[in-house]
Amino acid sequence: MNSHVQMEHHRGVLIVRLTGELDHHAADYVRMDLDEAILRRQVEHLVLSLKDLQFMDSSGLGVILGRYKLIHAKGGKMVICAANPPVKRLLEMSGLLKIMPLYENESAALSNLEVAL
Amino acid sequence: MTQEQAKNFMSVQFAALSENESFARVVVASFVSRLDPTLDELNDLKTVVSEAVTNCIIHGYDSDPSGIVYISATIDGETVHLMIEDKGKGIDDLELAQQPLYTSKPELERSGMGFTIMENFMDELEVTSEPGRGTSIRMKKTIVSKKALYN
Repeated sequence: MNSHVQMEHHRGVLIVRLTGELDHHAADYVRMDLDEAILRRQVEHLVLSLKDLQFMDSSGLGVILGRYKLIHAKGGKMVICAANPPVKRLLEMSGLLKIMPLYENESAALSNLEVAL
Repeated sequence: MTQEQAKNFMSVQFAALSENESFARVVVASFVSRLDPTLDELNDLKTVVSEAVTNCIIHGYDSDPSGIVYISATIDGETVHLMIEDKGKGIDDLELAQQPLYTSKPELERSGMGFTIMENFMDELEVTSEPGRGTSIRMKKTIVSKKALYN
């Protein structure tokens, strides 16, 4: 498995940091990890940090959109931060940035989320 | 090295297992590295290989690992030709399959962006498919290469 998920949870906000490569192979594991955390913990909002993600393809877009739908259906917000240029290009191409804001880094994402709470 | 790059080719085949997707990306990236591509160009190639191989596995073979994915690549001058094929079920409606955001497997959370990404990241893309016989994707990209930037 080339992709890993690191999570931090406080005050209803789940911060998810993805590392490695998010392709079709990794997508199933990442999806399971995230859904388990979202459903088991009191997660209202989700911050997805892509700072250490080295590679992503359209399978990653599917995972992100799927989690957005889950969070959105529960009335929460999902934001993305720290995407490198190739990942950002894919996010733009797919139109995902029209529904999810992208921030420079985690603290910008968190502070914007607090304001929006 | 100042001499002109001669024509070169390679081909690999492997089991239609998702764990081989990263293998496929690395093989193509390493073959193309002799053209001294930029990191962006290399990333583009890895992404399209990933998309095409994932399509073979998920759609061509319905995730049946007994299927075989075929990749062949040719370098001609500074142009990379890639062919990625499966002998799986084929695509009934090629035009529909290539629509952005269309996916035949929404239940698998597919984004429907595979062909759109391949089209955007490569100079040329050609898909041929025969229901029951398989699908073949041919793509072409000229590597501008760092040399051009320095000269």
